[in-house]
Amino acid sequence: MALLHSTGILLGKELRTELRSRELITTTLVFILLVVVLFSFTFDPTSSESRRFGPGLLWVAFLFAASLMLQPCFLREQMNDTLSALRMSSPDPFAIFLAKLTANTMFLLLTELLMLPIFSVLYNVPILKVFPALLLVLFAGSAGICVTGTAVAAISAQARMRELLLPLLLLPLLTPVLIASTEATAALLAEEPALRLDWVGFLAAFDIVFLTALWLFGEYLLEE
Amino acid sequence: MTPAVSSLGLRCRNLEKRFGNFVALRRLNLEVHPGEAVALAGHNGSGKTTLLRLAAGLTRPTAGALHIGPGESTAAESRAHIGFVAHQTMLYDELSAEENLFLFANLQSITGAAERVSALLAEVGLAERRTSLVRTFSRGMRQRLTIARALLHGPALLLFDEPGTGLDAPGIIWLAATLARLRDTGCTILMSLHGQAELAAVATRAIRLQAGAVAADSFTGEPIESVLRVTET
Repeated sequence: MALLHSTGILLGKELRTELRSRELITTTLVFILLVVVLFSFTFDPTSSESRRFGPGLLWVAFLFAASLMLQPCFLREQMNDTLSALRMSSPDPFAIFLAKLTANTMFLLLTELLMLPIFSVLYNVPILKVFPALLLVLFAGSAGICVTGTAVAAISAQARMRELLLPLLLLPLLTPVLIASTEATAALLAEEPALRLDWVGFLAAFDIVFLTALWLFGEYLLEE
Repeated sequence: MTPAVSSLGLRCRNLEKRFGNFVALRRLNLEVHPGEAVALAGHNGSGKTTLLRLAAGLTRPTAGALHIGPGESTAAESRAHIGFVAHQTMLYDELSAEENLFLFANLQSITGAAERVSALLAEVGLAERRTSLVRTFSRGMRQRLTIARALLHGPALLLFDEPGTGLDAPGIIWLAATLARLRDTGCTILMSLHGQAELAAVATRAIRLQAGAVAADSFTGEPIESVLRVTET
């Protein structure tokens, strides 16, 4: 209960600061929009090509945008040394991670949901019929990106060359998430849509494994 | 701003902290007794900040041990009883003064948080700016709020790293009076100072660090002014 209590308070702080600055959501949204629109103009894909390449393009855009979004989540805490204040005040350091990864997942999901209609129109891929299943895949994939990304952001924030370190560590780690999310999305956007539970199950397992690792070792990542 | 629990002492045994090849603290042996107000002096890089951050449980010693209280509690285990003021403000610029204090009060499950926050904001002279965002504050106002945050939970051990930073002359006088009051209620204080005679006057003991070791300690009989004065020259 103490963990949930602290997480709720910290999540409220994350949402309030982001709603006031709008830095993360704006950056992420603009980046994904640019990638999707530029690729659309470059290739002018037909509907069948979009079904083949669209899911991969979409998830690569989400992944790169997430790495932009995740970078400041711990750097912002270092500016005024607020991370030290949080570490001294939080009864459980895992609450700091849980709040940040929940907020990051919410921000990433929000930008993905805003992008989906634009993707659907530009790439001529209908998504309305498969929307509930697509939402499940987006959630599982985004959670995987954010659980791992939040941990890596905590590591890279304390290192030199931190701007380079995050994508260098994060992108190889997230290759399984990228493959599983792309495969699950491709199956949903196919002419005969299907929810691939094997890939969704893989994503859920990935999320649980990394969340558990974060719970066990997160405290060490916050140390100076 | 009276501490909620009795005072706590601090013991360092062969405490060592290295950052790569640089030795910030070398085999430091030191005991701060409950209720003491200790002024830490020393040149830049002498190990004052490192000692305070070790005592706050924010970093681990490379060797040796640091215990808080009568038992063998580590600094990390005693965080609930420690109030820490660092070089930086440890405040969120995008939150108001009130929101900052409520955030930490709620995290620490302080009972009567609303009254406590109101009282502290009045005490540090920021009651009228309670809803203003911290990013609109001057450095001195931020420092006052930082001190309010550190005192929020009524800590028994105060670790202040150059607490006079950014404060004007009336602010220093206010801080000295506040620290004196806390000292008189039994709170243990360990603060690093650079000059600021008003704050030094609060101290019941002075320690001078040099190259990560104790170079002088008024506990052995040397006058406090003498221990602090050498550093100023």
